[in-house]
Formats: sequence, structure tokens, C-alpha cells
Amino acid sequence: MTVQLILFIILALVAVATALGMLLSRSAVYAALYLVLNFATVAVFYLLLNAPFLAVAQVTVYAGAIMVLFLFVIMLLGTEQLRRRHTLAWQQPVAIGLGIILLAETAYIVLAQRGLVSPGTTEIASITGSPTEVGFNLFMSYLLPFEITSLLLLVAMVGAVVLTREEKKK
Amino acid sequence: MLPVTYYLALSAVLFIMGALGVLIRRNLIIMFMSIELMLNAANLAFVAFARFHQAVSGQIFVFFVMTVAAAEVAVGLALIVTLFRTRHSVDVDDVTLLNG
Repeated sequence: MTVQLILFIILALVAVATALGMLLSRSAVYAALYLVLNFATVAVFYLLLNAPFLAVAQVTVYAGAIMVLFLFVIMLLGTEQLRRRHTLAWQQPVAIGLGIILLAETAYIVLAQRGLVSPGTTEIASITGSPTEVGFNLFMSYLLPFEITSLLLLVAMVGAVVLTREEKKK
Repeated sequence: MLPVTYYLALSAVLFIMGALGVLIRRNLIIMFMSIELMLNAANLAFVAFARFHQAVSGQIFVFFVMTVAAAEVAVGLALIVTLFRTRHSVDVDDVTLLNG
């Protein structure tokens, strides 16, 4: 229990620090790399929560495919050289104020619920979250959503191709 | 297992960081990354609850959220590339017209 708590605290600190790093870094490439680290720590949280299939999917899909796409676009556009302008001077302070209000609200909700949610079971999990179990559920109970997902991915692919196609000169 | 509250609190903090990113930053790409961060925070809450209730359905939902995120990134980045071609900027303050 205590080993798990120490691991959780260290990982949580890394996750929050990398999220802050992404938020505050000037360079988009650094922000993307911070986000990769953040996704990796979330993958370790999935392992802690007994979801090995999702942990691997998190690393391959998020930290792998999605972030590579981000880095590719950042480097393709070369926006690092663009100057920064601030057209709305009051926008940033207001945003920070709103963020603090949101944080206070959430902290209140979490603290107010403290006694209500029992701390979970300590016995050996009957649900393992193993790839076998996830696959069984995915293809038995959730077959239709799974098929719709394939359609969604096809539409996204066609959309991306159409959007980035060079327009023909008229 | 640690109390599910810990994971929910962490998920909430990460979600707020994502929301702040969308509010503070004006770079479209970084705003987009913040959206990914918020989706991840929601996923973490899903997995924590799946563990808490000993139900694998929560993990299936995370799988679907990941798929939607991948589709969203593909279309969103395509939009950003198109915007950059017409406006030569990825600053959201420069995007004031629907007309290309």
C-alpha cells in the first residue's frame, strides 16, 4: 500500500509538472515533448489501475501516433519563427482567474465527497483488464460501437485528405 | 488499491491544466494539445472508476475515447495546416473570418 502511494505521488508530481511545462513553454516542440512524458506517466497509472491493455494502447496511440503527428505538423509549418503578438491584453489575466475559480470549485467537490466514496476494494481483482477480457467485451457487448468506430476513422481519414489537398488553380 | 479519490483529484488537476491551456495560449497547436490533455484526464477518471467498480466497461470506453481523439487529431491538424496555408499564422487571434 505504501509503495503504491509513494509511486503514485512521484508519478502525480511528474504528470502535473509536465502538464505545467506544456502550458508554459514558449516553444511548441518543447510543449509536445512535455506532453509525451505526461502521456507516458498516465500509461503507468493505467498499469497501477490494472489496465495493461490500455497502458500499451496509450503508449502506442497517444505517445506514439498522435504526438508524432503533432511534431510532424509543428515542424512542417515551421511556426517556431513566427513572432508573438498580443491583441487582447486582458485575455490572459482573465483566463488565469477563471482557471483558479475552476480549480477551487473542483477542490471543493473533491473534498466535500471525501467521506462519501469508500476507498475501493483491496482484494484480488475479479476483473483483470487483460487484453483477452477487453477484447471479449469489445467484440461481444460493444460490437456495434466498435464497427461505428471504424466508420469514424474512415471519415476522419477522408476529411484530412480533402482538407489538406492542394487546390487546383482555376 | 489507493482510494479512487486520489486518481479523481489528479484527473481533475490535469483537466484544469488542459482547460487553462485552451484559455491562456493563443497558439492553435498548443490549444489542441491542451484538448488532448483534457481527454487524457477524462480517460484516467474512466479507468479509475472501472477499477473501483470492478467493471471492464470503463476501459472499453477509454478505448473509444482514444479512437475519437485520433480522428479528431487527424482532422484538426489538417484544418491547422489549411489555415496556415491561407493565413500564414497559427495564432487564434488571426483567425477572424470564416471566408478563406
